[in-house]
Amino acid sequence: MIKIENLTKYFGDTCAVDQISFEIRKGEVLGLLGPNGAGKTTTMRMLTCYLKPSSGDINVKDFSIEDNALEIKKLIGYLPESAPLYPDMIVYDYLRFIADVRELEKSNVDARIKELAGICGISEVMHKSINELSKGYKQRVGLAHAMMNDPEILVLDEPTSGLDPNQIVEIRDIIKKIGKEKTVILSTHILSEAEATCDRIVIINKGKIVAAGATDELKREAGSDFIMQVSLKHNNFEDISNSLRNVPEVNDVILINDENGTIDFHLACSGKKDVRPEIYEVIRNNSWILLEFHMESRTLETIFRELTKES
Amino acid sequence: MTNTLNIFKKELKGYFISPIAYIVISIFLILTGWFFFSTFFLYGQAEMRGFFSLLPIIFSFIIPAITMKLFSEEFNTGSYELLLTLPVSSLNIILGKFMAAASFVSIMLVPTIFYAFFISFLGDLDWGPVIGGYIGAVLLGAAFSAIGLFASSITRNQIIAFITGMSLCFLLTLVDKILFFLPESALNFFQFLGADFHFRNISKGVIDSRDLLYFLSVCFVMLYSTNLVIQEKS
Repeated sequence: MIKIENLTKYFGDTCAVDQISFEIRKGEVLGLLGPNGAGKTTTMRMLTCYLKPSSGDINVKDFSIEDNALEIKKLIGYLPESAPLYPDMIVYDYLRFIADVRELEKSNVDARIKELAGICGISEVMHKSINELSKGYKQRVGLAHAMMNDPEILVLDEPTSGLDPNQIVEIRDIIKKIGKEKTVILSTHILSEAEATCDRIVIINKGKIVAAGATDELKREAGSDFIMQVSLKHNNFEDISNSLRNVPEVNDVILINDENGTIDFHLACSGKKDVRPEIYEVIRNNSWILLEFHMESRTLETIFRELTKES
Repeated sequence: MTNTLNIFKKELKGYFISPIAYIVISIFLILTGWFFFSTFFLYGQAEMRGFFSLLPIIFSFIIPAITMKLFSEEFNTGSYELLLTLPVSSLNIILGKFMAAASFVSIMLVPTIFYAFFISFLGDLDWGPVIGGYIGAVLLGAAFSAIGLFASSITRNQIIAFITGMSLCFLLTLVDKILFFLPESALNFFQFLGADFHFRNISKGVIDSRDLLYFLSVCFVMLYSTNLVIQEKS
C-alpha cells in the first residue's frame, strides 16, 4: 500500500530523517514510536505531502510523491499534532468546507457530516466556533476532518495527546474500529497505546529506524531475559544475595531499596525456564518473611528505553 | 478550479465572519468621505477626480491590513499544514486567497458609487472618467492585494506582513515623487514603474493597454513570487 524508500529530510544542516525505509500493508495499523524529536512528525509530514523529502521516495499505491502529490493527498486523511484548525470558523462550516474541497457529492454532504458527528461525538458542538472548543473536542473535530471522504489511509499524529483518560479510551476505540477496514499510521510516545492499538510498530530514534516488527515479535527478539521483583523483611542484603546466587538461573541480585528492615531487590534471570519455584524454595528454607514477589516480563517500555537511550 | 473557488469562498466568508471586514470598510469610507468632501465643495466642480486621486495612498495602507492575515495567520496557527494536506495545489491556494482579497477590495468600493449618484444630482457629471476610475480602482486593488499576499507569505507575523506590504505599496505609489531630483529621462522611467501614474491615466477615462498590462504584470510578478516563497517552505 505504502512504500517508503531511503527517505531523508534535512532542515539546513540538521538531519531530521535519515534514510528510512519501510512498508505499510493494506488494512494495517502501524505505530511510529520514538522519543521527542526522533523524526516521527517529519516522516508523517512527508507522507502527507506537506514537506518535500530531501531525497528518497514514497509510493502510495502506484503514485509517487514527486509526480502525483495531488492523487496521494486524495487518498490520505491527516490529523496533524494538536489539530490546528481555523480558529474563527464554526465547526459545521469548517467540515462543510472540507467536504467541498474533498469533492463530496453535494447531496451527501449533510448526511456525511451528521454521520461523522456521531462517530466522533461532536454533535453538540457543531455550531460553536472552533476557538471556543476544548483540546479534546478540537482533536475530535480534527479526526472528523481526517475521515471526511472515508480515505483509504489515515495518518494520525499523536491522536491522543492532551486528552483526558476517558477521551483517550474513546479515541482509541475509534481508531481500532477504523483500523479494521483502513490503513492507519499513528505516531505516539505512549507505549501502552501503541501496544493496545497497533498491529506493527516502527521505532525511530534520531531519524533512524532502530526496530520494526509486530509487537510480540519485537518482544521475542529482544531476548528471553526477565526480571523478578522481590521484597523481604530482612536486615542483611549480603546474606540474601549469597543465598539466591546459588540458584543457577539467577545472574545478578540488584539492591533497589533497604529501609526499616525491608529490602527490595531485583533478580536478573536468564533462560526460558520459570525459576519462581526454586527462588521460593530458597526463601522458605531461610524462613525469610516474604512481602512481595512477582515477575516482570520485558515490556515494550524496556525495549523502547534500551533502543532509544542516549549512549 | 473548483478548489480555487472553494478556498476563495472560504476566505471571503472569513472576512465577514470576523469584525475585520466591517472595521476596515468603515475606516475606508470615513477616510475617503472626509478627505474627498472636505475640499469638494470648495472646488465646486461635479467630478470625482479628487476621490480617485486619494485611492493609491489610502489603498497603500488599507489593503495590506486586509491581506496580512492570509498566509501569516495560517503559518502561525499551523492550519497551513491542514490546508496543504488537502487535495489542493499551491496554485489553488494562492489564486483563491488573491481573488478573495481583490473581491473584498471591490466590495469595499461599492458604497462609494453613491458619491457618484449624489454628485450627478448636484451638477452635470461626466460618467466616462467615473467608470474609468472604478476600473482603475479595481485593478489597483488587485495589484496591491497581490503585493499584500506576497508580504503575508514571507512571515508568520501579521505585523511584519502588514508593514512590509505597506512599504511595498507606498513605494509603488510614491516612487516618482520620491525621485523628483533625478533628471527628466530617468524620472520618466521610474514614473512608468509607479502605480500612481498608471492609475491616473485610467481614471482620466482613457483605458490604455499599457496601463492594463502594468497592473496585470504587477499581479503576475507578485503571485509568482508568492508561489516561489511557498514552494521554498516545504
